[in-house]
Amino acid sequence: MTTKGLTWTIDDADHMTQAEVYGEVLTQLGKQDPSIVALTADLANSTKIGRFQKDFPERFFNFGIAECNMFAAASGMAAAGLTPVVSTFAVFAALRAGEFVRTDLCYNKRNVKIIATHSGTSFGQAGTTHHCTEDLAVMRSFAGMTVIAPADAYETANAVAASLEWDGPVYIRIGRSFEPPLHKSMDFDFEIGKAITLHEGTDVTVIVAGRPTLGALEAAEIAKQNGISMRVLDMHTIKPIDEEAIMQAVMDTRRIITVEDHSVNGGLGSAVAEVIAKNGKAAALRRIGMQDEYAKVGYPDDLLHVYKMDADGILETMQELLKAEIEEDDDWEDEV
Amino acid sequence: MTLEPQELQRLKDKAKQIREEIVLVTEKCGGSHLGTALSQTEMLVALYYQIMKYDPKKPEWEERDRFVLSKGHGGVGHAVVLADAGFYSKDLLNDFNKTGSPFGMHLDRLKVAGVDASTGSLGHGLGISVGMAMGARLQGFTWHTYCMVGDGECNEGSIWESAMSAAHHKVTNMTVFVDRNKLMIDGPTEEVMGLEPFVDKWQAFGWNVIEIDGHDFQQIFDAIEASHKETAKPTVIVANTVKGKGVDFMENKASWHYAGLDSEMAQKALESIRRG
Repeated sequence: MTTKGLTWTIDDADHMTQAEVYGEVLTQLGKQDPSIVALTADLANSTKIGRFQKDFPERFFNFGIAECNMFAAASGMAAAGLTPVVSTFAVFAALRAGEFVRTDLCYNKRNVKIIATHSGTSFGQAGTTHHCTEDLAVMRSFAGMTVIAPADAYETANAVAASLEWDGPVYIRIGRSFEPPLHKSMDFDFEIGKAITLHEGTDVTVIVAGRPTLGALEAAEIAKQNGISMRVLDMHTIKPIDEEAIMQAVMDTRRIITVEDHSVNGGLGSAVAEVIAKNGKAAALRRIGMQDEYAKVGYPDDLLHVYKMDADGILETMQELLKAEIEEDDDWEDEV
Repeated sequence: MTLEPQELQRLKDKAKQIREEIVLVTEKCGGSHLGTALSQTEMLVALYYQIMKYDPKKPEWEERDRFVLSKGHGGVGHAVVLADAGFYSKDLLNDFNKTGSPFGMHLDRLKVAGVDASTGSLGHGLGISVGMAMGARLQGFTWHTYCMVGDGECNEGSIWESAMSAAHHKVTNMTVFVDRNKLMIDGPTEEVMGLEPFVDKWQAFGWNVIEIDGHDFQQIFDAIEASHKETAKPTVIVANTVKGKGVDFMENKASWHYAGLDSEMAQKALESIRRG
């Protein structure tokens, strides 16, 4: 795959986690772009950015358990002409060091890429201190920040490569665990800000990002067997969001479900709601995610089920949503 | 390097001029961080009129030395120095703080030529400087990073994260000043949040510490020269200063951390500066 010059290849994503894939891809990109440096805060192994260290020890910097300083230093390194890629857990990047990300990277306009692992409830067993269901909301509010939540390892690889071709700070949030691949290979179009239609449908649209995406696709297959046509939009880029794809879904299906491993306040669901409200076309929206609560401890897949982010939960929400009444507009094609 | 008497006089005169201009800008803009702008003046004058290499006509010149005002509220003093150094017209400072002006209390690097990092929130600039210096070293650049931290700013935990990282990564192509004026907004540092034994703390964090009188040019130059020669540890120059220095009725008074000046007070301040 080529994106303006940087190339990478992954043959065996079926047996690699998202994090392992990004570690590998970043290392391949590092061979081509000597400005790339990798930073972490005592999580080289956990985040897999340590893979880069093996090939480029002199371009790898461990800042210890001190995330605020790490992001400040990343800003300084970018000021010196480097392209820092910083990896830590989502909760530490977005919340612990949030003001440093906002002030030193976004306000200062520094070309730094963040790969935040263990996002959402993907580190379920660790409890709320290590979950992060707020990062999309936080990062989305920072002016100048681009926010991506890839669905699987291949998308993660694409997102990392695309972010390095993208001018300005980028936040990529991935999970911790082994997420089965959604895409069969690395051969698909990935563009920042462009949703991927994973499944066509005309009755209802599921707009999903990140870890729950595979479940959404499963839900679409099951719905199909039951005669319901479900569109699935993989909205990997939360900001800038693909307004066109959202509005096309509204026009075509009117019923929209968002799914995110994140609070429903401020993340994908909010972003989609803003687009729909702005355009003024009638639609019924349901937002699946954390409903103003902290997740219980549990295995990541179990938590997807508990909080209705899996195929069962999406289908249950779909059944309820199909009953929703939508005020008909006589002339649907009118501009508001 | 021993400063020649004429050179010393030139720098002292320059410091007076900068202080006067800080007062004049403050009078126009309605209020500024006077106390801290006045305590840092000799160090900024030493850097911009003798030590640092830069080209005001090419603010983004890659080989320039970098300066990060971590105590970003000293911005009014930095802005005056940058104007005088030729980065932009002094007329622009007439609109300081005003709606639409490039200049607010805390300088924005994207709006003000010569500013290497947008600061203001305390505890950021030292880490940024550490990153700049590490980035320069990795790429073989010979430019030097200078950073100025406030003493009250050293309450911030991130300063000590940065201090640890600079020592750990042996960042020696950077010189850090602490403007130790011993006052913060709510009062003396030792009453609000004690810093002493301050020098010991930096030493314990693995730094080469040089304590000086921050208003004495010879001591400033000697300390910077020593920092350039140090190859094992990062250097911090703990510069003992007087908050509000040069204006007799402002000196050592926390209430002048941020204040406005009417024309009568401004006149008194200018007279005090001129008397020396």
